[in-house]
Amino acid sequence: MTEPDRCAVAISNVSKVFNQGKPNEVHAIEDISLSIGEGTFVSLIGPSGCGKSTLLRLIAALTHPTRGDVGVNDKSADQARLDRDYGMAFQTSGLFKWRSVAENVELPLQLMGWSKTDRKARAAEMLDLVKLDEFGDHYPHELSGGMRQRVAIARALSFRPSLLLMDEPFGALDEMTREHMQTELLDIWNKTGKTIVFVTHSIPEAVFLSQRVIVMSPRPGRIASDIRIDLGERSFETREASAFFEKVTEVREALRFEESQP
Amino acid sequence: MTARDEMAREIRRHERTEATRRTLRRIGVFVVFLVILALAYTGYKAFGQSLDDAQTDWPMIGRVLPRTDDLTMPPVSDIISEFTQPPQRNSDKPLAAFIAEAALFTMREAVLGFAFGVIFGLGIAVVLLRSKWIEQGVTPYLVASQTVPLVAIAPIVIIWGSTSLDWLPFEWTNWMSVSLIAAYLTFFPVAMNGIRGLRSADPAAMELMRSYAATRRQTLVKLQLPASVPYLFAAFKIAATAAIVGAIVGEISGGVRGGLGRLILDFASRYTTGPSRLYATVIGAALLGLIAIGLVTAAEYLVLSKRKEEPLAL
Repeated sequence: MTEPDRCAVAISNVSKVFNQGKPNEVHAIEDISLSIGEGTFVSLIGPSGCGKSTLLRLIAALTHPTRGDVGVNDKSADQARLDRDYGMAFQTSGLFKWRSVAENVELPLQLMGWSKTDRKARAAEMLDLVKLDEFGDHYPHELSGGMRQRVAIARALSFRPSLLLMDEPFGALDEMTREHMQTELLDIWNKTGKTIVFVTHSIPEAVFLSQRVIVMSPRPGRIASDIRIDLGERSFETREASAFFEKVTEVREALRFEESQP
Repeated sequence: MTARDEMAREIRRHERTEATRRTLRRIGVFVVFLVILALAYTGYKAFGQSLDDAQTDWPMIGRVLPRTDDLTMPPVSDIISEFTQPPQRNSDKPLAAFIAEAALFTMREAVLGFAFGVIFGLGIAVVLLRSKWIEQGVTPYLVASQTVPLVAIAPIVIIWGSTSLDWLPFEWTNWMSVSLIAAYLTFFPVAMNGIRGLRSADPAAMELMRSYAATRRQTLVKLQLPASVPYLFAAFKIAATAAIVGAIVGEISGGVRGGLGRLILDFASRYTTGPSRLYATVIGAALLGLIAIGLVTAAEYLVLSKRKEEPLAL
C-alpha cells in the first residue's frame, strides 16, 4: 500500500517537559519527529511511561509541546482542535451515564449546533456502523465493556473527523472481546478511510491493526523504530500467518533492544 | 418483543417492588420509633410522678432533669387528643386544622425560600468554579455568613422588603421576605456541595469536552451540572429542612402572622393554660420537615435511578 503525499499529522522536533524547573521535572518526550500520511493506520507502542499517550495528547492539542511544532491537516494542532478535525477515544469509554447511548453519540453534534433531526439520523447511522443499532435507547450501565467502547468510537466518528485518535481503547477489555473489536475497528477504517493514531501496549494488537508501528523508548520518549507492516487484507487467518509472527517478533525485538539500552 | 426486552422489563418490575418494599419498611421503622419515643416519654413521666407521690426528695428530677408534672410534660394522650380540640373558645375548628393551615403557609414560604436558595447557591458555585483563587477568597465569607444569627437579619429583611421593593410589578408581601430569610439558610449547603459536585466531573470527560472545543458554558451545562446532581440532592435534603427552620424563625422574629412560627409564639405565650397545644404544634412542624425531606428523597430516587447511581450519603 502506498502512502499518499498529504500529511495528516506532522510532528517536528517536539519535546515535552512536565513541571519544568521544578524538582519533579519529567522529560516525557525528547525530540520526536514523525509524519503520518492521510488515511494511514499508525500504532504507537512502548513501555509504560514512554510518553505515547503524551504524544497523542500533543496531536490532540490537549497539551502543548515545550519545544517543536505539531501540525494537523496542514494547520496548527490547536486550530485543528477548534476545527474539530479529530475524534478521540480513551481507555475508559467516558460515556455520560445520564445520557442514553444515542444521546451520547449525539453529544458532539449537539455541541456543534446540529438540528435534532440531523443528530438523530447521524446517531442512528453511527450506531449501525458499530453494530449497536438496537441499543440507542439503552443507558451505558446496561452495556458490556466492549459495547461501551463501540459507543465511544461511534461518538468519536459521529461528526466525521478526518482523524481518529485512540488511547488504549481496548485496554480494559478481555482478550476475546478485544480481538473482535480489532476486527470491527479495521472494518470501520476500511469503510471510512480515516487516519487513525492508535496507542497500545499490546504487540499483536499493534501489528494486526497497523500499517506502521512506531516503537518508542522509555523515558524520555524517543522513536526507537518505525516498522512498516504489510500484511494485506486482515482476516482471522492473519493472526496465525507466519508473516504476522515475524512482524510481532520484529516489534518485540525493537522493544527489548530499547529497554536494554542504558 | 425479544426475550432480552422481556427480561429487562422483569428486572425493572422487580426493582420497583423492591423500592416500594424499602419505602414501606422505612415508614414501619419510623412508626415503631415513634411508639418507642412515646413510651419512653410516658415511662419517664410515670417514674417522676411516682417519686413525687412518695414525697421523696429525689434530687435529679426537677433540678437537673425536666420536671414531670402535667404542665411541663403533658401526657401523650392529652397531646394526641389536643389535635381534635378547638384552641379558641368562639369557634369549633379543631387545632389540627389550625396547624394544617399554618403549615401550608409556612410551606409556601419554605418552598419559595428553597427555590431562592438553590438559584443563589448554584450561582455562587458556578462563580467559584471559575478559579481556585475566587473559591479560596470567598468561601470564608460564606461560612461566616452562616454564623450571623437569623434573628438579627430577619427584622432587617422584613423592613427592607416592605419599604424598598415597591418598584416590583407585583406586591411584595411579608411572607416573601420570610422566604428570603429562609433562603439565607438554604443557599449555603447548595453552594458548598454544588462546587464539590461541579468539580466531580470525570477528568477524562472534561478532556473529551476540550477535544470537542466545547465552550465553558457547554461544558458546564452538558457535563459539570449533570455530574453534580447526586451532590446537589444531598444538599437539597439539608436545604429543605433548613428552609422550614428558616421560615419559622423568620416568622417569629419578623412578626409575620399566618404560619407555624406565629402559632408557636401564640401557644408559647399561653403555655400555662394549655401546654399540650404547643407540643401538638411542634409535632406538626416536625411532620412538615419530614414531608419536605420525603419529597426531596422521592425526586432524588426518580432522577438517579435512571442513571443507576446511588444517592450520596449525607
